[in-house]
Amino acid sequence: MLAKSLTRWLQQNLGFAAAILLLVVLCLVYNILHPRGFSSAVAIQNSNEAVAIVFVAMAQTLPVLLGGLDLSVGAVMTLTNCIASELLHGSPAQILLGVVVTLLSGTAFGLMNGIIVVYGRIQPIIATLATGAIAIGLALLVRPKPGGDVDEDLSWALTNSVADFAETYGIADGGQAWWLSPFADIPVPVILVIVVAALVWIPFRRSVTGRTVYAIGSAEGSAYMSGLPINRAKIAAFTLGGFLAACGGLYLAIQTSSGNADIQQAGAYTLNSIAAVVLGGTSLLGGSGGAIGSLVGALILRVISFYFRILDIDPLLQPLIEGVVLLTAVSFGAFRTLRVKNKLDLFR
Amino acid sequence: MTDVIIEYRGISKHFSGIRALEDVDFACSAGSIHGILGENGAGKSTLIKIMSGVLQPDAGEIRLEGRPVAFASPRAAGDTGIICMFQELSLIPDLTVADNLSISDPPRRLGLIDRRAQKARAEKLLARVRCEDVDPNALVRELSLSRRQMIEIAKALGRDPKVLILDEATSALTARDVQTVYDLLADLKSKGVASLFISHRMHEVDALCDTLSVFRNGRHIETFAKGEKNGREIVKLMIGRDVEAQFPPRPPARQQAQEDQPLLQVSGLTWEDRLNGIDLSVARGEIVGLGGLDGQGQKELLLALFGVLEHVGGEIAIAGQRGGPASPAAAKSGSTRMALVPEDRKTEGLMLGMSIADNLLAACQARISRGPFIDPQRARQAVADGIAKLQIKAGSPRDAVMTLSGGNQQKVVIAKWLMIDPDIILLNDPTRGIDVGTKQEIYRLMRDLADAGKAILFYSSDYAELIGCCDRVAVLYGGRVVSEQSGDGITEESLVAASLNIDPRAA
Repeated sequence: MLAKSLTRWLQQNLGFAAAILLLVVLCLVYNILHPRGFSSAVAIQNSNEAVAIVFVAMAQTLPVLLGGLDLSVGAVMTLTNCIASELLHGSPAQILLGVVVTLLSGTAFGLMNGIIVVYGRIQPIIATLATGAIAIGLALLVRPKPGGDVDEDLSWALTNSVADFAETYGIADGGQAWWLSPFADIPVPVILVIVVAALVWIPFRRSVTGRTVYAIGSAEGSAYMSGLPINRAKIAAFTLGGFLAACGGLYLAIQTSSGNADIQQAGAYTLNSIAAVVLGGTSLLGGSGGAIGSLVGALILRVISFYFRILDIDPLLQPLIEGVVLLTAVSFGAFRTLRVKNKLDLFR
Repeated sequence: MTDVIIEYRGISKHFSGIRALEDVDFACSAGSIHGILGENGAGKSTLIKIMSGVLQPDAGEIRLEGRPVAFASPRAAGDTGIICMFQELSLIPDLTVADNLSISDPPRRLGLIDRRAQKARAEKLLARVRCEDVDPNALVRELSLSRRQMIEIAKALGRDPKVLILDEATSALTARDVQTVYDLLADLKSKGVASLFISHRMHEVDALCDTLSVFRNGRHIETFAKGEKNGREIVKLMIGRDVEAQFPPRPPARQQAQEDQPLLQVSGLTWEDRLNGIDLSVARGEIVGLGGLDGQGQKELLLALFGVLEHVGGEIAIAGQRGGPASPAAAKSGSTRMALVPEDRKTEGLMLGMSIADNLLAACQARISRGPFIDPQRARQAVADGIAKLQIKAGSPRDAVMTLSGGNQQKVVIAKWLMIDPDIILLNDPTRGIDVGTKQEIYRLMRDLADAGKAILFYSSDYAELIGCCDRVAVLYGGRVVSEQSGDGITEESLVAASLNIDPRAA
């Protein structure tokens, strides 16, 4: 019975399973090759650098599940990064308010995207191309020059291990409590990603709205015929995407203690988020996959780039090799087309 | 009549000038199984689409249990207990069976979908339709068509219908499943549910329904209790209409020995579960019709001949050479060229946003090119010829093809294919949704092409066309040719009877 349901799960989530396998292999090899492999320090540094793209990839997943693309996720991350760099200092209450304002502004931007797509009847890819430019413009207004003022304790606590976090804020006997020891070495950013995934994505997936998002991407006509709340689900998907992109921007501000309205960076994040979504097993046609897969996909992209630090590869070759790896990984998805019986189905 | 549950008063519905329903009065009672009969295009599907909130009527009133209602969406209709199972299934392929069965109102705990309760509910519903073999966690996309239909039925049952509409709900079911559906409907009937049953299988309607309504050309012709009329009378009611168009005279029947071999010969053609061993031949100078009700494999046959389908079984021989084309590109460029005027001109026939000229040249670019470049001189000439030949009424060849009327658009599709000078012409319902005048021009053209030695295979959902245009008609049923008629032997009665797969002598 267990074996049967496991087989079933594998069949239905082949892309996701392959992504996890690839990630595990890449991580193992990386840590073996690394002079200080399997250490807390390496894990902390790597996870810090992965968080922003992980959140942005999760944000991109929602429009992709609908069968569209969101070209504004990188820009929304940049905008919220700039907003956070202005607000995250002062008393704890002020910092908390800053966090809330940052997340709300990203969420509001996503809501706007959703409303434009649903009521403006504009295709997501072009609507978000425009709103992405608007987000960058706002980011430049907020922060014309890179920089910022982020509370140092906050920055330190959230970019190190759980023990360091406890020590900074003087909880659990300054991180020395016996019950904390099993978790003491876990990087805080890993916990943050898990918390957001568990408290935001998993409930969303199990809501009627979340399921409607899948239904729209899979067969919008059938979803309509079944009386599902289509407009609400589309708006919710973009709104949640905005929230997750804001999580990425917020963390980037905490990690770098600054904000930077960098157009190139925003574009790179958007494109990498699409790559991560595909690597994680979500279909660009919509309807199947999920944000956890994108999380894994984003980690794969990041680990590949980490390899360049420990291997003696000319940095000039980095884009070329990344491109080849990405192409190889996504071409496994093309096997589906070999099974098509009616060639017209390929175009639908 | 017992208590009427749903009632139509003077309902009309038009689509861009073509009437789909005209002043229809119709009523359906609680606790009955009501069969709806009619030819293709008689208005049956418009009737139920209005009932289920997919379409809104142009005029008239619907009453549900005596109160006037208007449904803006399928959801609104579903909320009042009118549940429809559509021919095109309303299941979501990427979700599981359990998800689909509870799609509109899943069991929830703390606001989130309770998957355990949902699975239990799915198991209960699956047991009700005797599909215990289906795993509730399987994706719908993994199931066969017949299983999907049973899931669709289970989904409808789960919504506690007051009025249950089954539109061709049994078209892919096995005998055992059909029996299950019969039992379910009988059970619902005893509980006071009204069922509307639309099927092209006469014997199912006969076995199941207590009341029958016949529709024709968008009008409600008659409603009567089952047993009041025999099969022959019912068929008469379904087809009794004027011939709408004039057809060119049919040449005298040809001698079999005239041709040494047919240009197109098909034997034992199979594909998936849609084609189940088709035998057919078309000779030069001949128009062969494909008859039968919608969805009996006619479209798949044409696609298979044109190289669109993969893994086609059986044999295709063209001009004596075995093996059909591997793709549309191969089909149009061999020594014996083939053309297909497809079912949906808007998606498969035309590039709507491009100009008339570009569309006309789309298939014949090799013939008007010098080396890798299109020769503008020859292109202009070809476009002018095409427009003149089919008398396409257009302002300028540079206008976008979507600015044309439906009839002229279809002419562009046909003209495009005539430019490659095809030997075999496959036509998939070429006159659907176009005006009578253009229809007549197309009939004339078909006969001219046949006289010029082309072989024409012509699918039409309109029996009158088959009778008027074709030298022979092969009637398909369930992916097989069940009857072949020729010359004056092609009559409306014999075609309808063959379409329903009933022996005309017994009807």
